[in-house]
Amino acid sequence: MRYLPKSPADREAMLKAIGARSIDDLFAPIPAEYRLSRDLKVPRQMAESEIVDWFKQRSQENGIEYASFLGAGAYMHYRPVIIDSLISRGEFLTAYTPYQAEISQGTLQAIFEFQTMICELTDMEVANASMYDGSTAAAEAAMMAVRVTGRSSVVVAKSLHPEYREVLATYAHHQGMPLASAGFTDTGRLDLKQLEKAIGPDTACVLIQSPNFFGTIEDVAAMAEIAHKNGSLLVVSIAEAVSLGIVEPPRDADIVAMEAQSFGVPVGFGGPYCGVIATKEKFVRQMPGRLAGQTTDRNGKRGFVLTLATREQHIRREKATSNICTNQALVALMVNIFMTVYGKVGLKELAKQNLAKAAYATDQFGKHARVLFTGAPRFNEFVVQTSEDPYVINSRLLGHKIVGGLPLKKFYPELGNAALWCCTEMTTRTSIDTAVGMLAESEAEEPRGDHAVEEVVR
Amino acid sequence: MKHPTPKATRHVNQNEGLIFEKSSAGKAAWKLPPLDVPEVDTAKLLGNAERKDLGVMPEVSEIEIIRHFTRLSTWNYAIDLGMYPLGSCTMKYNPRVNEVVARLEGIANGHPYQPEKISQGALRIIKTLSDCLIEITGMDAITLQPAAGAHGELTGLLIARAYHESKGNPRKKVLIPDSAHGTNPATAAMVGYAVENLKSNSRGMVEVSALEAQMNDDVAALMLTNPNTLGVFEQEIHKIAQILHAKGGLLYMDGANMNALVGKVRPGDFGVDVMHLNLHKTFSTPHGGGGPGSGPVAVKCALEPFLPTPVVITKNDGTLGFDYNRPQSVGRVRSFYGNFGMFVRALAYILANGPDGLRQTTEDAVLNANYIRKGLEDVYDLPYSTPSMHEVVFSDKLQAKKGVRTMDIAKRLIDYGFHPYTTAFPLIVPGALMIEPTESEDKAEMDLFVDAMKSIAQEVEEDPQTVLDAPLTTRVSRLDETAAARKPILRWKPQTS
Repeated sequence: MRYLPKSPADREAMLKAIGARSIDDLFAPIPAEYRLSRDLKVPRQMAESEIVDWFKQRSQENGIEYASFLGAGAYMHYRPVIIDSLISRGEFLTAYTPYQAEISQGTLQAIFEFQTMICELTDMEVANASMYDGSTAAAEAAMMAVRVTGRSSVVVAKSLHPEYREVLATYAHHQGMPLASAGFTDTGRLDLKQLEKAIGPDTACVLIQSPNFFGTIEDVAAMAEIAHKNGSLLVVSIAEAVSLGIVEPPRDADIVAMEAQSFGVPVGFGGPYCGVIATKEKFVRQMPGRLAGQTTDRNGKRGFVLTLATREQHIRREKATSNICTNQALVALMVNIFMTVYGKVGLKELAKQNLAKAAYATDQFGKHARVLFTGAPRFNEFVVQTSEDPYVINSRLLGHKIVGGLPLKKFYPELGNAALWCCTEMTTRTSIDTAVGMLAESEAEEPRGDHAVEEVVR
Repeated sequence: MKHPTPKATRHVNQNEGLIFEKSSAGKAAWKLPPLDVPEVDTAKLLGNAERKDLGVMPEVSEIEIIRHFTRLSTWNYAIDLGMYPLGSCTMKYNPRVNEVVARLEGIANGHPYQPEKISQGALRIIKTLSDCLIEITGMDAITLQPAAGAHGELTGLLIARAYHESKGNPRKKVLIPDSAHGTNPATAAMVGYAVENLKSNSRGMVEVSALEAQMNDDVAALMLTNPNTLGVFEQEIHKIAQILHAKGGLLYMDGANMNALVGKVRPGDFGVDVMHLNLHKTFSTPHGGGGPGSGPVAVKCALEPFLPTPVVITKNDGTLGFDYNRPQSVGRVRSFYGNFGMFVRALAYILANGPDGLRQTTEDAVLNANYIRKGLEDVYDLPYSTPSMHEVVFSDKLQAKKGVRTMDIAKRLIDYGFHPYTTAFPLIVPGALMIEPTESEDKAEMDLFVDAMKSIAQEVEEDPQTVLDAPLTTRVSRLDETAAARKPILRWKPQTS
């Protein structure tokens, strides 16, 4: 086996040194009746070339070179090549969690820079080293709000990513954390009247997303006012991190729960991604996850360590702020490098291009179908309502190597034949025009009979 | 220094500041293509939601970024540099073909919501890995959704709880041996269970009579790591399973130490009902400085209805798809399908090994741990003489007499060119040195390690101060963790003049 660095003679010599007759001696502690006396039924050992071929076939089956209008929590942005050059360095790739600070300064300083940039972009005072993803970050942020306020329930915006809401529901189920929800108005924004009604003396936090699942930018200040007046915290989830280049950060929030995938992380069929929690300094001791902090060594030289570990499971065990241990460190490094590449000016210009593409697409789609939620500003996503079933439209688009917007029926049946479309800087005008053209064609025709709809999108 | 340091790695000693300290206005590492749609008036589109300024975000060029991160990287130790014997972490070689296949166009750039019709490759990867892991564990069904080991524990206990609820009583508590990893009790608390400690016996194993006494209808599950954190196989595992099952409890296995078992014994065969795996330990996906991980949860068929949604199924036409219609499911634990990129790497590892390679890997991992045990048992205190599997736990009892503790020895090991072992864990061994070499070390590297550990033991006798001052060869000396926690500085701020 090519990964194993021992010759048969080495093994013999080692067994002899140990005083074992054969390798079986070392497995004697396992009761004989349980020991496996056959080969595992897994594929036979493959050559490297065969492995590459096997995955190339899977890659082909997965459909490549499609123009895609999918977003909804997983965004296709350009990834500067130096991200992979740098994260492929073995010193980053094959290191463990930086518990031994003296030989982990590279990872630790990088985390410190990551925390700084996340604070800067979200306008929060502290940020952690990462969470699994945006959905678990949102759930853990809600649990954090429960610890901070000593209250137990959460009001959740219906315009929060539906899968984030599902994860929150799973986490909340056994925490004694009742969930109430607040809907949205025809501008796509949270319905403040419903929020006022849902909020109560036991509300630990209000959890919203901005830009929300429909791409609409929420009036964060208005919600903060309602939440704070009630003694509740405001938790803002951000799924499309590029928006921070041009959209005001949620500075009135108490906790920001982010998904940073947009910053240089491949969409990769849904993961690994990079969740982050950022908050005010006064709440730091209730924060889950790892934190890097600055300190000095015995000679007064600046260095970095993991800090405030008394919040964490390996010290506090069942009283920890979370059970999280392994996080998404290498993905956070991708995010870090991406933020460094684009920086102060680039992020803004990048966000502007996203805004412009989506604005153009919205205008074009709007000529042939109904664009919903036009009464409030949005970033790079928009909802298009058609007379025809979006699954049928998408099926036709797929034949032209275009993946249409995400049909919303499954998550929001009340929106009818609606789909969520996304444009990033990667979306070309040509593909927008083609998609709009095909949609216009089908919209101009008489509505078809209820023939078999090929289900192409889940 | 009195003793030679034959394998000391040299860390680049130049000072590399924070990226913000290199920033100045007008530098850039990016260039966007010309916009092919009309420019927009952002103020008009966004109104007062428009952001004007991005604060201290850096402005640097590409070469500066390359040098910055390359220099930082040289301050890290890594498996690629040498032995990384962190107990319970399984720091094995991370094959490079895994990285190549994970970056193939259709794999890296597949959108999680793209139609199933053009997702068959990704679904096939999930299905094939699932089948392999079911066979390796001897379980009946699996979810790959959890993002890491602790997340797998959470999922596993949620499943256990849902199972009990379906029987009409969620039960109240979870039994956890005192040797367990801290994530176990933290997880049980998150699922609403009280934690009850189970004392280990003098051989470092679960005391079966104690378990029998503590087991009752309130116990939902026992969370057991096997081999446990002492590297000891729970020899009475069948009795343990019987005791639990007789009272309707479930046996949860923390699979952190699965590297001792793959191809040799299957948890499903010795009575485990639900368990998680760590793809970033046993199945070679890189630790990446602390993640991403992946924590699949495998279950017996009685627990299958409770797996998180969605699950991958084979449809009538032979294609693969997701099934969301699972009324008894615990729900979702993460968005989309989990850390898919890690599935790709783990499967590539399994394919590279095959059944023979997986078995040889396990045998080598156990051989290596026992070789180190033999090499050091005369020099360091071995608190439990029970046979070791894939890792061995010593204590600093002998060295403590000279005022040298496990962390000091660990720091000195750095000067000899090795990453330290795990210190001060498991908690049942005061001053623990927990050593897991994995199968990836050759005999010469381990001989050097044993020599280094012996040399340090000698230093402790002759010149303990050197050990207390270690490390002496790194970019920074021991860092003040107390000060870091007392007045936390968690971000860079520009100097105000």
